[in-house]
Amino acid sequence: MILSVENVSKRFGGLQALDKVTLSVKEGEIFGIIGPNGAGKTTLFNTINGVYPPTEGHIKFRGDDVTGLQPYDLSKRGIARTYQVVRPLGELTVHENVTVGACFGRENLPLEKAEKVADEVLEFVGLTVRRDILASKLNVAQKKRLEMARALAARPILILLDEVLAGLNPQEVADMLGVVRKIREQGVTIVMIEHLMHAVMNLSDRVFVLDYGAQIAEGTPQEVSNHPKVIEAYLGDPEVAKRFLEGTSS
Amino acid sequence: MKTLKNISFWLLFIAIAAVAILPIAQSNVSMREDFFLILMLVILASSTNIIMGYTGYVSFGHIVYFGSGGYVAFYLMQTFQWHFVPAALVGGCVASLLAFLIGMPVLRLRGAYFALATIGINEAVRSFVSNFEPFGGSVGMFFNFGVYDVYGGAKNAGQFAYYAMVVLALVTIATSFLIKKSKFGLGLMSIREDQDASMVLGINPARLKVITYTISAFFPAIAGAIFFFKNGLIEPGPAFELHRSVEALVMVMLGGFGTVTGPIVGAVVYERLRGFLITNETFSNFHLVIAGGLLLLIVLFVPAGLVGWLRLRFAAVRRFLE
Repeated sequence: MILSVENVSKRFGGLQALDKVTLSVKEGEIFGIIGPNGAGKTTLFNTINGVYPPTEGHIKFRGDDVTGLQPYDLSKRGIARTYQVVRPLGELTVHENVTVGACFGRENLPLEKAEKVADEVLEFVGLTVRRDILASKLNVAQKKRLEMARALAARPILILLDEVLAGLNPQEVADMLGVVRKIREQGVTIVMIEHLMHAVMNLSDRVFVLDYGAQIAEGTPQEVSNHPKVIEAYLGDPEVAKRFLEGTSS
Repeated sequence: MKTLKNISFWLLFIAIAAVAILPIAQSNVSMREDFFLILMLVILASSTNIIMGYTGYVSFGHIVYFGSGGYVAFYLMQTFQWHFVPAALVGGCVASLLAFLIGMPVLRLRGAYFALATIGINEAVRSFVSNFEPFGGSVGMFFNFGVYDVYGGAKNAGQFAYYAMVVLALVTIATSFLIKKSKFGLGLMSIREDQDASMVLGINPARLKVITYTISAFFPAIAGAIFFFKNGLIEPGPAFELHRSVEALVMVMLGGFGTVTGPIVGAVVYERLRGFLITNETFSNFHLVIAGGLLLLIVLFVPAGLVGWLRLRFAAVRRFLE
């Protein structure tokens, strides 16, 4: 197990954002996390990568207990993450943005080596032509790629992708899926939050369903989409459920 | 080091050194006095820029380090007859230590809260010094002329102070350049753009910010030591003058924050402008008003400043102007 989340709860005042969540991710797999809006998916990411500590429970990464470590410590250990709402370093160039990732990531590279890695990664995600423009000048699809490139430049062991497909048009989605597959081919373990059902169902080895902060199902995409609780609680409408099963809904 | 191979670094370095030698070569004392002041402003603006331009923390009270460095050095020279050089270095280190201690809690604040806190610190240190008897309380301290004998009399001490200021300006600018072009500097700019995202990318913002703040306090402190050494007199008022901090901000904004050359250009332009305004009958009482208005106009219309604007506008400029 590369990542184990054990009985993790997170409360914000009276709100129970996560309720005894337990999951484990195997090395090299794509692990999908789905759930309705406000289910606690991003909160789960935030507790995994140290943005805030869980109220209770433990998180283990590669066998070590990493509960309560800071995001920069976890980055050094090999956890990278993209944001749902992109956070480019606007006044820096695309290349500089990615260099930051390489400089301070798992390999903690010196500047000159990091610049080379940044060039490789930009090539990998297809942003080389935009190398020297300011990150704030990119369009949404490019910003998503930049976000991805920055995370990859850290040479992570585990990457947390928070809705990298949201807001993209069908062509951009297809391109991005290609990038995600290529990342997996490099041996990086992927945990992804996604709303685009056909994407998550096609890509993931296993899917985890969260609703009101609690786990309601876990298994292969097939198992999950046939799970009565998922259909009932998550999909509600039987018509939507049918389309969901056929993988045509978006 | 890559920086040492950088053309723009050497261009800048040589240009400043060459200009700084001018008044000495022509033995023009009034020109030397002008340049002394400009170099001091360059140091204040550049060091403010390290914390403000690179890291994004607007320090309104950076002058506190100018004053405290000046006071400590002055005290050592006056009371213990220390030579200027060790006294100034100790002054610089004390100011850096102060910045380190203040920075640990205060740099956790963001945006306007940080700016307000820095003003508060300046005022607090000023009232402390005004009531601190060893530093002469509200009257301050003054040298008797014997102090200058080691440097060959008061006249030569002025020359000595000028050389010291030139060296300090060059060191400050070199430091600013090295930071800007280093991994450390990249980390700072990342914090400036988005602190939370930076943390996730592996940057420890608290550590980087405290180190930067400590560095940025050192140079104004030495500048304070030089200034008051030459002045022969130090008082709490002039040592902790808040409006000097504000002027340093205007210079940084005018030249271009986050660039190496910006604060230099800003300091030179601002000093010339102020010189003109103060000697002009109509404007002499309003020079600060005009400085404030200028700041407003820059922020509204040219937020990148002169150098920043040139860099944005002309790609070719970027290779020569950092």
